[in-house]
Amino acid sequence: MKRIALLGMPNTGKSTLFNRLSGASARVGNWPGITVDLMSAKVLMGGHIAELIDLPGLYDLHGFSDDEQVVRHFLSHHAVDLVMIVLNSSQIDRQLSLALQIKQLGLPTMLLLNMQDEAKRAGITIDTEAMAGALGFPVQTISAKYGDGCPQALQLAGQVLNNPATITAPQDIAKLLEVDSQIEQTMHDIVQHTVQMPIKFNDETTDQIDRVLLHPWLGLPLFFLAMFLLFQFIFTVGAPLQDGMAWILDTFRTEALEPMLANIPAWLNGLLLDGIYNGIGTVAAFVPIIVLFFLVMSMVEDSGYLSRAAFLMDTLMAKMGLDGRGFVMILMGFGCNVPALMGTRVMRSRPMRLLTMLVIPLSLCSARLQVFLFMIATLFAANQAAFIMFALYMMSFFTIFLTAILFKQQYKSTEPFILELPPYRFPTPRQIWLRGWQEVKHFLNRATKFIVIGVVLVWAMTHYPTDVAPASAATIAGQIGQFFAPVLDPIGIDTQLAIALIFGFVAKEIVVGALAVIYGLQGDALSQQIAMNIDWVQGMSFMLFTLIYTPCLSTIATMKSESKSSVFMWVSIVWSLALAWVISFAFYQTARALGL
Amino acid sequence: MTVLSNLSPGQLGTIHAIHAEQALYQRLNALGFRIGKQITLIRRANFNGPLHVRIGGTDIILREIEAQRIQLQAV
Repeated sequence: MKRIALLGMPNTGKSTLFNRLSGASARVGNWPGITVDLMSAKVLMGGHIAELIDLPGLYDLHGFSDDEQVVRHFLSHHAVDLVMIVLNSSQIDRQLSLALQIKQLGLPTMLLLNMQDEAKRAGITIDTEAMAGALGFPVQTISAKYGDGCPQALQLAGQVLNNPATITAPQDIAKLLEVDSQIEQTMHDIVQHTVQMPIKFNDETTDQIDRVLLHPWLGLPLFFLAMFLLFQFIFTVGAPLQDGMAWILDTFRTEALEPMLANIPAWLNGLLLDGIYNGIGTVAAFVPIIVLFFLVMSMVEDSGYLSRAAFLMDTLMAKMGLDGRGFVMILMGFGCNVPALMGTRVMRSRPMRLLTMLVIPLSLCSARLQVFLFMIATLFAANQAAFIMFALYMMSFFTIFLTAILFKQQYKSTEPFILELPPYRFPTPRQIWLRGWQEVKHFLNRATKFIVIGVVLVWAMTHYPTDVAPASAATIAGQIGQFFAPVLDPIGIDTQLAIALIFGFVAKEIVVGALAVIYGLQGDALSQQIAMNIDWVQGMSFMLFTLIYTPCLSTIATMKSESKSSVFMWVSIVWSLALAWVISFAFYQTARALGL
Repeated sequence: MTVLSNLSPGQLGTIHAIHAEQALYQRLNALGFRIGKQITLIRRANFNGPLHVRIGGTDIILREIEAQRIQLQAV
């Protein structure tokens, strides 16, 4: 099978092209010695089935960033039949350097000049034939977003693959990569002869929008307003979808599954319905919101506003060892931590990415919001509710800032903050959809396994031994609750609440339901029972603990797969548990000492 | 002769020298910071925040500390 490496500078639409060519058939490949996920897909080219690999974006083949090292490692360890370079047509005057660096490796190469539409609008014309002549390999203008030129590009690729060329062996590439010859003059000459550029071609519209959105005083308030509106949008649209999904799953259970499984042994019935089906249901109910998040997120990301937000927030975030982009991810985390963790992929420096991933699980996600709304309604008067909710959001910010400040020495980022501001772009629906779908697929693959196992375990824990009441003190869950009593008593959490917290480890969505199972009650009766059993100080302590400790198994799984480090995952779990306990303890004991 | 961080919004200069270690030098280079190129300061964020500059057709933001390393000649 032929192997094609897709390579280009960041922000050139390389991944858009990859998605277009692969048609969403992509998968994550395993490459020895490479620690980042490389997407690859099988593509038909010139009668060959070829494997197309999407390499990370890089500025300089001789650079020192993690991504640049990944590309070098890949090229010097794997034979490649064709290198497809993707560059941004409207920035060809400086991006051509990458094509010239690749040319020196002596591999079969072709150059795709992307964002032809934007270049045209900017008044740039490129003589591709003259450029191909000067470079010694085919050049094709394309628009990955709209698909223009893509069939021609595929045809050209087929021709290159069909021409048996001498391919530099990977070990020789390694030697060639050490040589960093001067290409400045060559680049200048080629651009001079093949590219026509207006002196000033910055998109006027982008400048005008920037004057407002990056305004020294208005910029930040507008940024918060925009984020608030996105957040509102996701919830306004997402909540009914989530309810609808829950209704469908519930109906399917009562109408189809329960009659169908009525004749099997009770324990198997319980395991299948209360364990596995509810487990999958929990994940499935997440899906509409996750899809929405990714659609909105890829829209924000592709629009160019994310880099602007980074510009606006960087001053404050720098004081906490983070940067502007980290703040955007934290905000995303207020909806759901999982996509926010995945979103940190835009960060190039690993320490910075890890520090951001460490603080994201502390943002008060929608699942925790559910628990709080329930507990507040149970324990507080209606006129206090908004204040308590606000206090919990403030606590979330406080723990994020505290964690970042405490850990910034461990995750010191050496990379300077230099970021390109792309012109504003309006992503096409197809682009948004493809991106969103990829992410959702990954999320489901991971989360399903994790949650099914977790839920089965929890079900077993509350139902064994079988001759006692489910979730009572005699069950395994009850015994674990009692086992933790010495730790949880000082923060005012009784055995019943402790079992709910164990459930909460799987997903916060289960907490309220777990309380229903534990007390054997639901609705108003449940609220009254809880209000009789615990006072508001205990309830508040329970909420603080719920806010700060590990959000859910999906977050843990994502944490591990995104950081590719079990150690990091454990640091995050232990830290959040310790912080949750200390803050709950401080609150509970202070309140009690004050006689509350 | 001045450095990039001393420019006021709207001012421009020609890059004369880049005083940076190799990794940063290469990164700046790849982003279009090359000797002899014209660079314009578009805006700066409040409280010594990042700078927004333009080289040719590329807009870039960078922190003050990096901007201090870029020496300019008046145009």
